[in-house]
Amino acid sequence: MIAAFITIACVLATMLAPWIAPFNPFDPTQISLWDGKLPPSWIEGGQAQYILGTDNQGRDMLSTILYGGRLSIIVGIAAVCLGMALGVILGVISGYFGGAVDAIIMRIADIQLTIPGILLAILINGIGRTLLPLEMREDFAIYVVIFAIGLTDWPQFARVTRGATLVESQKEYVQAARVIGLPRWLIIVRHILPNVMRPVLVIATIGLALAIISEATLSFLGQGIPPTTPSLGTLIRVGNEYLFSGLWWITLFPAAALVVLVFAVNLLGDWMRDALNPKLR
Amino acid sequence: MATENTLLDVANLSIQFPTRRGIIDAARDININLQPGEVLGLVGESGAGKSTIGNAIVNLLEKPGRISNGSIKFQGQELRELDDDAMRKVRGDRIGMIFQDPQTSLNPLLRIGEQLTETIKKSLAVSDKEAHERALDLLVAVGITQPEARLKAYPHQFSGGMRQRVVIALALAGEPELIIADEPTTALDVSIQAQILDLIKDLCKTRNLGVIIVTHDIGVIANIADRVAVMYRGAIVETGPVNQILNSPQHPYTTSLIAAVPPTDRKLHRFNSVDYIDGSDSSNEAKRIDVSTHWLGEQNDLKSPDGVAVSVNNLKLSFVLQNAIFKRNRKTLQAVDDVSFSIADGETFGLVGESGSGKSTVARLIVGLHKPQSGQIRVMGNEVELHKQDEKSLAARRALQMIFQDPYSSLNGRLKVLDIVAEPIRFFKMASSEKQTRSIVQDLLDHVGLGAAAAMRYPHEFSGGQRQRISIARALASRPRILICDEPTSALDVSIQAQILNLLKDLQEELGLTMLFISHDLPVVRQMCDKVAVMRSGAICEIAETETLFESPQHEYTKHLLELMPKM
Repeated sequence: MIAAFITIACVLATMLAPWIAPFNPFDPTQISLWDGKLPPSWIEGGQAQYILGTDNQGRDMLSTILYGGRLSIIVGIAAVCLGMALGVILGVISGYFGGAVDAIIMRIADIQLTIPGILLAILINGIGRTLLPLEMREDFAIYVVIFAIGLTDWPQFARVTRGATLVESQKEYVQAARVIGLPRWLIIVRHILPNVMRPVLVIATIGLALAIISEATLSFLGQGIPPTTPSLGTLIRVGNEYLFSGLWWITLFPAAALVVLVFAVNLLGDWMRDALNPKLR
Repeated sequence: MATENTLLDVANLSIQFPTRRGIIDAARDININLQPGEVLGLVGESGAGKSTIGNAIVNLLEKPGRISNGSIKFQGQELRELDDDAMRKVRGDRIGMIFQDPQTSLNPLLRIGEQLTETIKKSLAVSDKEAHERALDLLVAVGITQPEARLKAYPHQFSGGMRQRVVIALALAGEPELIIADEPTTALDVSIQAQILDLIKDLCKTRNLGVIIVTHDIGVIANIADRVAVMYRGAIVETGPVNQILNSPQHPYTTSLIAAVPPTDRKLHRFNSVDYIDGSDSSNEAKRIDVSTHWLGEQNDLKSPDGVAVSVNNLKLSFVLQNAIFKRNRKTLQAVDDVSFSIADGETFGLVGESGSGKSTVARLIVGLHKPQSGQIRVMGNEVELHKQDEKSLAARRALQMIFQDPYSSLNGRLKVLDIVAEPIRFFKMASSEKQTRSIVQDLLDHVGLGAAAAMRYPHEFSGGQRQRISIARALASRPRILICDEPTSALDVSIQAQILNLLKDLQEELGLTMLFISHDLPVVRQMCDKVAVMRSGAICEIAETETLFESPQHEYTKHLLELMPKM
């Protein structure tokens, strides 16, 4: 119960950032460079309106974290949806048809799994950026990141889906559908997909947490979201530069927010797993 | 009846399972006792609580079950007072257990010898050498030849029956005084079942053991037990010597349970159903319909030109067990070997054989789930290739439907019953509107004895027998002419079996269906079928009219199978 409460509070807070955050970090009129690098309000030198202090550009930390968390969640969900869609489609095809199709898809997945995910994401991200015209890079950076993370995590989904499909397609209800004479695509859509989605959703929630971390890592490495758009990763990177000059709050608070967010997403996943089970309803 | 040398005395035992919806009484006021050298049969249908009692005696109740009342005295000692450690010793050394599935009750990674000697050393504290000697003796005692070589084998190198013998040897390893066997032969073929039962009975007499045998099968009880306790919904309704219970049962439940076992020696018009069901409505009986006006009777002009509904010629199929690039290195299994038969319009054709005989594969070939390597299948006079999606094959498909063995996996749990049954109607566009589809589905459900309200529920809300009815409704929904039933009742209790078989018989009569009935259960086949084919390792041994086959079997294998039929 307490866990559920923290989760909901966390997700709601970031989703409702535009309405509840005290400042808007995207509005230049609310940012004053004079207020830059202020410590949290309870430390000497802090100001009451900046509860968690300000960053190097004078943005309120609390507001920036809320907006950044929102961006991280959106990027994470979009990336997981992309990876899941790709992985589930390829996995079902692989599992149901078998043979050469199966071999080709699964070998591609195997090859991709030998390359560390973050390296691949950096590669895809880099290629994606260079393909875009210069003036669009800033605006489309988010989509490129989503694409990069989505493309790196499809093999997990494909593997799980393939395994579940192999099990389900041996069951008698699928055979009954074949006896009726239903075409294969209809059997896949109506009978197999709904029954393989449960394990897929379970890894999707783990995948969501991982995608948020991936996004933060990419941004931390300066490969993801540009610093003008705050995400948790960019904030940590900016703070990192000031860490040894005693401005610890710029790094610590976003990092703590990231930990809580990932933890909350995992709890949400656990809860969703039970809620989606028709037998427990 | 408890005397000084009573081995086990269970008095007033009650077991409860607290659940979120209240406390379930799994067993109420159970009184049983057992003398050394005696076999007690505990018989009842699934959910009667018979396994629960077996587990309670050895303190292996599944959580959150608990013993709420009563005593379990084993050789005068109260087992309920023992702590976990002492109980574990009793379990290994003095009470042996035999479980249902020999596939899972042995550790697949350890050699038979290691498993045996380990158990012997643990409970008897003897040297390695003596443990080895004892293991050899045990294998001999359970009838395993070449024990020295067999000790070095892994469980997967044994057949099902041999594995169950090893499990029995393991149960005997600690030299127990009591053996609890929970459905020891349910997973085995008839011929092996008889051997295992003989073995248990023999061991019981020679070693003066007490044996409790838990089973749903009255035939097993008739073969092995000295005394019987009949369980119904958590209570023992009747106890007595086996002859008395079988020949002059006192309780109405026992009477109907015995009557529901199909007789082996004569043919009845209908199966006797277990009509003793308290606390539930007995409106399960299907409604009769008038075929000339009913939806199911429409378009019944799909008649075959020569009066043959299905004919199969020289069907062959082999499965690849081990693939290799070169043909000579491949290992194959000839699942169906040159099978030919034909089924006349409106006939029920039985296909019997033990597991692995290829009878299910034949059914799957006919409905197009497998592609034959050679041979023809003709449905309604047309040669069809059912694995194809062209128009001719689809028409043949509509005429041909199948009822599967396992009602728990044959329905898609994500769909409502309405959508499951409506699937063929929608696919073949047999109804003009969604409203008509709905009313047809409700009518079908009513007709198979479920009631129209079932349409809006999900499959997991139904019991095994009810699910099988849904499965039948789905098969009827494409207005088939030929119904293929692959062991339709082997996953069900005797009482439910009778209901489902009667339903199938009624439907066949009303609609003039042709039926291919696949079963390993000879008494059932005798009741259901007009003609029977006996299969063994992929080939047909004998085809004959049912009565001829049962009265004067020609083939040696048929004679052998008939001899093994449990007699009561």
